[in-house]
Amino acid sequence: MLNKVNREIPDEILKDKNYKPFETTEIGDPETTYVAHKVKVSQGNDKLVDSIPDVIAKVGLKDGMTISFHHHFREGDFVFNMVMQEIIDEGFKDLTLAPSSLTNVMNDMVIKAIKAGTVTHITSSGMRGSLGDFISHGGLKDPVVLRSHGNRARSIENGDIKIDVAFLGVPNSDAVGNANAIKGDAVFGSMGYSLMDAKYADKVVLLTDTIMPYPNTPASVKQTQVDYVVKVSKVGDPEKIGSGATRFTKDPKELKIAKTVNQVITHSPYFKNGFSFQTGSGGAALAVSRYLRESMIDKNIKASFALGGITKPTVDLLEEGLVNKILDVQDFDKGAAASMANNENQQEIDSSWYADPYNKGAAVNQLGVCILSALEIDTKFNVNVMTGSDGVLRGAIGGHQDAANAKLTIISAPLVRGRIATVVPDVTTVVTPGDSIDVLVTEVGIAINPRRKDLIEALKDVPGVPVYTIEELQKRAEAIVGKPEKLEFTDRPVALIEYRDGSLIDTVYQVKD
Amino acid sequence: MEIKHTALAGTLESSDVQITLSEGKGISIDLDSQVEKQFGKQIKKVVTDLLAKYDISDVKVHVVDKGALDCTIKARLIAAIQRATDTQNEQNWGVLG
Repeated sequence: MLNKVNREIPDEILKDKNYKPFETTEIGDPETTYVAHKVKVSQGNDKLVDSIPDVIAKVGLKDGMTISFHHHFREGDFVFNMVMQEIIDEGFKDLTLAPSSLTNVMNDMVIKAIKAGTVTHITSSGMRGSLGDFISHGGLKDPVVLRSHGNRARSIENGDIKIDVAFLGVPNSDAVGNANAIKGDAVFGSMGYSLMDAKYADKVVLLTDTIMPYPNTPASVKQTQVDYVVKVSKVGDPEKIGSGATRFTKDPKELKIAKTVNQVITHSPYFKNGFSFQTGSGGAALAVSRYLRESMIDKNIKASFALGGITKPTVDLLEEGLVNKILDVQDFDKGAAASMANNENQQEIDSSWYADPYNKGAAVNQLGVCILSALEIDTKFNVNVMTGSDGVLRGAIGGHQDAANAKLTIISAPLVRGRIATVVPDVTTVVTPGDSIDVLVTEVGIAINPRRKDLIEALKDVPGVPVYTIEELQKRAEAIVGKPEKLEFTDRPVALIEYRDGSLIDTVYQVKD
Repeated sequence: MEIKHTALAGTLESSDVQITLSEGKGISIDLDSQVEKQFGKQIKKVVTDLLAKYDISDVKVHVVDKGALDCTIKARLIAAIQRATDTQNEQNWGVLG
């Protein structure tokens, strides 16, 4: 059947997997029940384990179980590959892999695990590179389930994802399981996404290269949650965990977009004392922070908080007193990760607090301004951050669907990338529905969602910011690159895109070669 | 016109295209492009249309495309044709129009 964003959702998927088609971005006030998890009572004195094989035996891993990991080590992760290799070698079969996301450094191991029959189901925020290619070419029989960070929190709480064993790498821990990610060699700052696993998995295993004296505080993961602590040689490569010093883009197109984003923000009704924002990472987003800083100083305006994935430029705003608090679910660079140890106003938050639609109010619901990126955006303002123009999986939902519920959601994107139009008649894959997008900013001008008559009025006379309809921007992109031929897919689903409430918003099919 | 020897124009930079022409029987186009699925036919059409304008009917064309626009493909192909036919100093103004 067609869902509300006009995507054909196969009836058998709705039936077999018990899905509802996407209806609305409104969450309402449904009642839900959180699931409980098993607790194996321990006095805490014999948690320290010498090796990964030992801990796999102790947690009682069995065929068919669900295992989880986090992706906070990003491209510097050693833990995932160490643990998965052992699980493959021991011949486990039919596992569900439920990490917070999958980074490139994990790709080859996941493919190996699938080929060995060790992993037969995957749920993730996204995938890219060789793994995205492998899955898009039909490498896994069961479609991958893709969820936003907020939706993963929701799914763990209500049991849609029931984690049997969580393997969580940490830069430090004491022998009883008190751990944080702000000290040690491989610091990554906020433990945001992994805190859900620590709270809800039946068995929680910490892997660390640094054992601290008891009690190791501040404790992000607590001894009450942890079954075993494994000492390994090295959990990650500090050079690859986050990008080093953040460099501002010199690309004139990105700078133009960033400047325009800033003009949209400062001319909107939301730019006033106590406003809040989320910028994310990426060249244009970082440049926005710089322009926004100047505008805040000029107008003597201070922000109450910055949210989400944090970078050094945002920390600089905090230290300068332009931002009161940072609510930090993950850190994209070393500066942001390191500052968590020193700034009491940089608060670590878990992904439920950050973005979960089914709790008693997440931080995204308080968010004023949000800047997001897009691989494609269509004339209905629907956004694709998952599939490339060739239809292959190469992205992640991340917090896109969640943060898009800000009062002012801005998509910053170039009109075209090489020969590929960003503004298109219909996106390849709908990830975030157009109903939650307010303004598109490109290098040639902006388009405002027609629903936002207030913004159309507020932004109609901003100097140097021409306003177009999104159809005009789409035509303009097409005039530059030409009309592409339609992509061909087989009728076999390879990935299911959930909306943050767990309904099905789109299906990704195997590409035809 | 006749291809006298192998010649090349363009680079492998993003948004550029590198076109190599060499002697051949009939027209054969070997296309390597990141956007082949979406624009493969269009790229080949630009190449064959322009070859026809130069009245070239025997040539091997190797196109390594990095997402170039049609105008770039035309410019690189004209440069390659002039080099392969030793006509760098004889602009074909009719074609350029």
